[in-house]
Amino acid sequence: MTAQPNHDGAPLAHLPLDALHRSLGARMAPFAGYDMPLQYASGIVSETLHTRQKAGVFDVSHMGQAILAGAGAARALESLTPGDLVGLAPGRMRYTQLLNEKGGVFDDLMVTRLPGVEERLLIVVNASRKLDDFALIRERLPQFDFIPLNRALIALQGPRAAAVLGALLPGAEDLPFMSWRAFEESVSSFFVSRSGYTGEDGFEISMRADRAELFVKALLENEDVAPAGLGARDALRLEAGLPLYGHDLDETTDPVEAGLAWSIGKRRRVEGGFPGFERIDAALRNGPPRLRVGLLPQTKAPVREGAILVSQSGEVAGHVTSGGFSPTLQRPIAMGYVAREYATPGVSLATELRGNRISLDVARLPFVAHRYFKA
Amino acid sequence: MSMLRFTKDHEYLRLDGDVATVGISDYAQVQLGDIVFVDLPKIGKKVTKGSELAVVESVKAASEVYAPVSGEVVEVNAELGEKPALVNDDPLAGGWLVKIRVENAGEVETLMDEAAYAGFVKTL
Repeated sequence: MTAQPNHDGAPLAHLPLDALHRSLGARMAPFAGYDMPLQYASGIVSETLHTRQKAGVFDVSHMGQAILAGAGAARALESLTPGDLVGLAPGRMRYTQLLNEKGGVFDDLMVTRLPGVEERLLIVVNASRKLDDFALIRERLPQFDFIPLNRALIALQGPRAAAVLGALLPGAEDLPFMSWRAFEESVSSFFVSRSGYTGEDGFEISMRADRAELFVKALLENEDVAPAGLGARDALRLEAGLPLYGHDLDETTDPVEAGLAWSIGKRRRVEGGFPGFERIDAALRNGPPRLRVGLLPQTKAPVREGAILVSQSGEVAGHVTSGGFSPTLQRPIAMGYVAREYATPGVSLATELRGNRISLDVARLPFVAHRYFKA
Repeated sequence: MSMLRFTKDHEYLRLDGDVATVGISDYAQVQLGDIVFVDLPKIGKKVTKGSELAVVESVKAASEVYAPVSGEVVEVNAELGEKPALVNDDPLAGGWLVKIRVENAGEVETLMDEAAYAGFVKTL
């Protein structure tokens, strides 16, 4: 059997909940410089299904959290992203992307306008990019206070998440989708947002690192809640058709071809004023040359990232950026980029897997319908 | 009497006469997690010790299984086509992968016995 991959020897950072993960039987694996729980004893399939049926709790403390503060911060951050941040009401949040000069995705992130008189934006970025993101924001927006937060971040996702969290933090169950509220509890505050990256209703809860273990233990006391690791998180986001930075998004990808045009506000499309506007404007007007699509391999074998896609006539059509097995659908699923002429559901493409030709049908995303909370 | 042997790559081999039943160890299936697909060789394929014999796919990744001995594939576990999770549930019996007619019995002697393999796993 192939040996398990080793990390490159660099010291791994440990999560505030490291000891709890191990006591729960987690198999730990290196990811983005952190020793992360990949899965617990019940396994990725079981954790994925449990999250879809009840609620899964994920430690996402490796992600970057920071506050950008100062009058005009939202307008200034718009110079780096195509999202409408000026239009964010206090307590509301939005998904957007930091862009490079060519309109490629430097990272994707969540931006929350915090309530209060002072203009403050809470941002949450990917673990693998946070140091670069923070450096970029500091360099480009030096006139603002930029405060990285050393807090734990826990995601509670699934149809039972609202009831479970509401029992611990009354009122949390009524938060609208994509909104944020602080709950003051004993000596510290819990930042609760109704958001996540699994396609389910759910929450991300930020708290002081030394409060995290008690909080997660309280969640786990509820029989509807099971711990879920990075493996389940990846399966859930792939089923939900959500792109993952470093796989489905990178600096060569623009948000339009990535299927993220919905996150570019109307005002921003007209006014521009973000990096790579020319390319993104052209892609919005004329359609991008390639598009992110779903792919259904017509085989029981998963087709993995990196597989080259060809058309029926043998032309190179694109490549797979995420591929695996869907626990919910009990079949292989994948995502990738294909030239626009192939980006229609039902188009049949092919790839080679261990010397065999495998057909894949272009499919609509998501594979599993989103169930975000609509009040 | 059948004889159980293990490789450092976590394959096992159970020898009956000159036919070896090959699979992955319990340690290996735990490490891989939920197995969702097994790619088996064709019957009649000649393999040499250490060459790729099969591929076991978990939710996350594909892992190669290497031939623990040289020989010819004489049977594959067709049941895994519908039930790949047998490898998780019962790796040493119902979850076997392949039967190989052993070419050189001396190769079997180079593999670890159960006690040696148990000791080896403890060092990992």
